[in-house]
Amino acid sequence: MSPRQPHPELRSASARAGTALAAAVALSALLAGCRGGTSEDPPIHLVGDMDWQDKRLPQSESLVFADKRAQRPIDPRTVAHSRAHDDRARFLQDDDAYFHGVDAAGKPIARMPVEVDAALLARGEERFKIFCSPCHDNTGSGNGVVIQRGRGGFPMPVALYVERLKDSPDGEIFETITKGRNNMPGYAAQIPVEDRWAIVSWVRVLQQSQAAKIDDVPAADRGKILAAEKEGM
Amino acid sequence: MSRFLFPKWSNKVLPLGFFFGLGPAGTAVVAGVWYYGTNKHFEVGYAPEQPVPFSHKLHAGDMGMDCRYCHSTVEKGAFASVPPTQTCMNCHEKVLTTSPNLAKVRESWKSDVPIEWVKVHNLPDYAYFDHSVHLSAGVGCESCHGRIDQMPIVEQKEPLSMGWCLDCHRAPEAHLRDPKDVTKMGMLEASQKSGQPMARPADLRKPVPPQNCSGCHR
Ligand code: HEC
Ligand code: HEC
Ligand code: HEC
Ligand code: HEC
Ligand code: HEC
Ligand code: HEC
Repeated sequence: MSPRQPHPELRSASARAGTALAAAVALSALLAGCRGGTSEDPPIHLVGDMDWQDKRLPQSESLVFADKRAQRPIDPRTVAHSRAHDDRARFLQDDDAYFHGVDAAGKPIARMPVEVDAALLARGEERFKIFCSPCHDNTGSGNGVVIQRGRGGFPMPVALYVERLKDSPDGEIFETITKGRNNMPGYAAQIPVEDRWAIVSWVRVLQQSQAAKIDDVPAADRGKILAAEKEGM
Repeated sequence: MSRFLFPKWSNKVLPLGFFFGLGPAGTAVVAGVWYYGTNKHFEVGYAPEQPVPFSHKLHAGDMGMDCRYCHSTVEKGAFASVPPTQTCMNCHEKVLTTSPNLAKVRESWKSDVPIEWVKVHNLPDYAYFDHSVHLSAGVGCESCHGRIDQMPIVEQKEPLSMGWCLDCHRAPEAHLRDPKDVTKMGMLEASQKSGQPMARPADLRKPVPPQNCSGCHR
């Protein structure tokens, strides 16, 4: 037996140990599963000391209040600092035209108290598609996806471009968005005041565009529209 | 009295023991922790059962609702709030008013006690994260949450580990799009497949994500 070779018994013993180890590794891998498998169990934190600190995060649970909300409901008589406007009347929400869409006599104002520019219209279009399209459809026809799939829960709303709504003052549409009307829910909680005015401006655009004639389109762009119409769009 | 002599092969016990014993065992431990000891194993795939069987696939996917209808603070705040019961009742006051799946929603509406949704994505409290910064820079929801519009139950798709945050912070280009499109789904996959970057106006400011510790640990 050459001195460089390990003893045969040792050789086989270490081979056996190696096999056992390999088997153990393979088995534990099988038991532990692969990364990224779906699980309902909360994640394990190996060193969790600072992961859950004794502070209350937004929408977390509190043991102090009966309704368990750590985030307290906002008192309607307060003004959040981040909502503050430069203008004092706006800061205190005394500006009835801006915050409620009504004049001093409490009547809906005819024209919105914000300047209409391209940026406002673009904002209005985006917000309309987020908040109004589910029911009113992108065009305002009233046949949105929620009306289609709502199993008759909602009656189909009026098209936003009917004459009555075209003639209604801006303040009234603002009020419909804020407080809702008949079957329509109010959106004061989800849409801030400045966005509600932007949406009003977009409703006016939809009303215009539904009655638009080809002569209203700048001459340079008419060709494109006529071509698209021919293709049956 | 004969002296006891260790046989010659016993010189090999120690080195061989290291080689076949501690070596593999150590490797197994290191490999095991490497593979199983990180967020990629612990967190990815977390999909808790929620108190109400709310489906993003139905609402955001099939019905095409925009994420911001419900997660309305996401563009302005650090926190992307889960909607209050009132948001559900906008529609469910009229739609499916007798469905047993919505019983908890109606109960919460009546009693004014919030539904106890289970938080899925959860960073440790010492890490600072802000949704609004990422959205205004043009990082879409799907970069961090995956295809929510295809999930009947929300599942965590990304590890949300520090390494994962930094991978993007070092080279965000592949994830940037027009900030108008942040809630659109499927753009990232399409861009990865075609190798073309997502549409983004050229005149936008180039974002500079923080890589220093105090950016995220403040
Ligand atoms: C959940 C579905 C739904 C959503 C979302 C919705 N509406 Fe409506 N809306 C309705 C229904 C239903 C009516 C018909 C109300 C009625 O008279 O019963 C209506 C009516 C209206 C009217 C006509 C009110 C009148 O004077 O008759 C306006 C204007 C209007 N909606 C604007 C909006 C705007 C702007 C938005 C987006 C901020 C919006 N709606 C979002 C369902 C909805
Ligand atoms: C109809 C309302 C609604 C819409 C639309 C909606 N969500 Fe949600 N979302 C919820 C509710 C309710 C929860 C909490 C329950 C849950 O986790 O399923 C939630 C949870 C989530 C979570 C997990 C939060 C956590 O606890 O970690 C993510 C991420 C999310 N939504 C992203 C999105 C994205 C992205 C979209 C747009 C594609 C979207 N949501 C659209 C209502 C909505
Ligand atoms: C914009 C309207 C709208 C909003 C907001 C909305 N849903 Fe729905 N939801 C629907 C419609 C429409 C259906 C039925 C779709 C279908 O089956 O075709 C539905 C179906 C459901 C169902 C399935 C019920 C069943 O019996 O099959 C559940 C559960 C549900 N919604 C929960 C919620 C919760 C929770 C919220 C609030 C986070 C919410 N929804 C917000 C419109 C809405
Ligand atoms: C850059 C990555 C990133 C992007 C982009 C992103 N999120 Fe998140 N989101 C996170 C992380 C990280 C958390 C966990 C935050 C925590 O626990 O503090 C989270 C948590 C949430 C939650 C749970 C509530 C909260 O804030 O903890 C919701 C809901 C959510 N995201 C929705 C969205 C929606 C909707 C979008 C797109 C409009 C979006 N997210 C885009 C990374 C992202
Ligand atoms: C998909 C890409 C991406 C991922 C993933 C990502 N970020 Fe970012 N993050 C950005 C970009 C882009 C900016 C730069 C914004 C700018 O310059 O306007 C940024 C900025 C930030 C900022 C700076 C905010 C401020 O107010 O200065 C913080 C903090 C941050 N990210 C934290 C995180 C954390 C924590 C994670 C992981 C949970 C994360 N980010 C994951 C892309 C990403
Ligand atoms: C892009 C944001 C970001 C930056 C920059 C960053 N971190 Fe982190 N860090 C995180 C997040 C997110 C976690 C939590 C990861 C997790 O869930 O395990 C974390 C976790 C940690 C932890 C705890 C690890 C553990 O598992 O206990 C330490 C320590 C740490 N970071 C140190 C640093 C140091 C030092 C730097 C600067 C070199 C740094 N971080 C820079 C986002 C960041």
